[in-house]
Amino acid sequence: MNRNSLVSISDIGKDEIMRLLRQASYFEANPNQRILQGKVVATLFFEPSTRTRLSFETAVNRLGGRIIGFSDASTTSSSKGETLKDTIKMVSNYADLIVMRHYLEGAARYATEVTDVPVINAGDGANQHPTQTMLDLYSIYKTQGTLDNLTITMVGDLKYGRTVHSLLMALQYFNPTFNFIACKELEMPREYIRFCDEHGIKYNEYRDFTPEVINNTDILYMTRVQRERFTDIMEYEKVKDLYNLNVKMLEGSRDNLRVLHPLPRVNEIDQDVDDSPKAYYFQQAKNGLYARQAIICRALGIEVPEN
Amino acid sequence: MAPNKKELAVAALQNGTVIDRIPAQMLFKAVEILGIQKLDKSITIGNNLQSKKLGTKGIIKVADTFFPDDVINRIALIAPSAKINIIRDFEVVEKYCVSLPDEIVGIVKCKNPKCITNNEPMKTRFTVIDHEARIIRCNYCGHIVSAKEADIK
Repeated sequence: MNRNSLVSISDIGKDEIMRLLRQASYFEANPNQRILQGKVVATLFFEPSTRTRLSFETAVNRLGGRIIGFSDASTTSSSKGETLKDTIKMVSNYADLIVMRHYLEGAARYATEVTDVPVINAGDGANQHPTQTMLDLYSIYKTQGTLDNLTITMVGDLKYGRTVHSLLMALQYFNPTFNFIACKELEMPREYIRFCDEHGIKYNEYRDFTPEVINNTDILYMTRVQRERFTDIMEYEKVKDLYNLNVKMLEGSRDNLRVLHPLPRVNEIDQDVDDSPKAYYFQQAKNGLYARQAIICRALGIEVPEN
Repeated sequence: MAPNKKELAVAALQNGTVIDRIPAQMLFKAVEILGIQKLDKSITIGNNLQSKKLGTKGIIKVADTFFPDDVINRIALIAPSAKINIIRDFEVVEKYCVSLPDEIVGIVKCKNPKCITNNEPMKTRFTVIDHEARIIRCNYCGHIVSAKEADIK
């Protein structure tokens, strides 16, 4: 077990989050460095995720490191029945850092138990995806200048969307106010509501996506409502368009409001929002590069200046 | 006819452990968790016995065996009411209740089919997040379940 591993956003506290954000900011100003020279990073994608893999591999390449790995488990011994433990043990002989994506929940936690090489979780099923959370935090920090005292409105699939759960947990240190907008089937799970209650976090729950809520929001975090989440297809048909955003709905919103989305989007954000200065989801994805550069250096124990 | 032939009383233990006040429906789970079926000592198991507190209860008597605390406490998950009596030389020398440990290793099967523990040859680990309500959380996938609904391996 390596202490620099990052499996869940709850592995790190407020100070470490803030340090990583300032380091991400440093990397944004200085993205190309040679600080990973001589390091080998393994990207093990047991489940394909082109977006996340390219972001990690770009982060390593821009810092001068080398990459080994695979982007699809069907080409590896795990398709022959090799255990995860054995794959991790084998790769640990070669790499200084393991970045892994797995379709099973808890896979990354288990990997940290069988190796001394640091492990970064790049998503384990519906469970954790801490580098996504860091890029969300960095996007908020960058656009608002702070993480403190913000009103964050989360819209759409709040039940299965792991990004909203992790973001909620990470923001616990920063006195947020949350608005949760979702239909009954996809509302925020009670365990997270309980978490808010226990930690004195302010929140409101809404069924309707109204201008009143949008106009009192700093960060509008949109998510995709997926058809396969519904047992009753009639229910899906009823709610599928209730949580869509178009540019008109932003008319009375605050100047500092930014629209975030973990992507890929389907129709929950109308194309006409893309041209609004308040649309931030494409830059948000780009911020992932800098956040991941900071997290990679943390995992390898490399000192990085802060901006 | 000798008077004691009518009695079905089990011979008293000279040395060993009596696990009393196990909820009747949990008795065989408790046997399994403690691995009692694998012991070669004399073992007496009673079930559906009258109990003022539980209605019906089960009881396990194991001769010449003393379980370490971390073993015996495993049954706290399914039988929080269980009471342990330590017998030496026909006397009860110690009585205590089981208590739920903070971490439960290798006993509970995670209910989440997509959990790594259901797909890899490994031990499960659960953290008790609420001792009173006996709620446990999988250390790997985070799935939460109450002890009375937990699947025992």
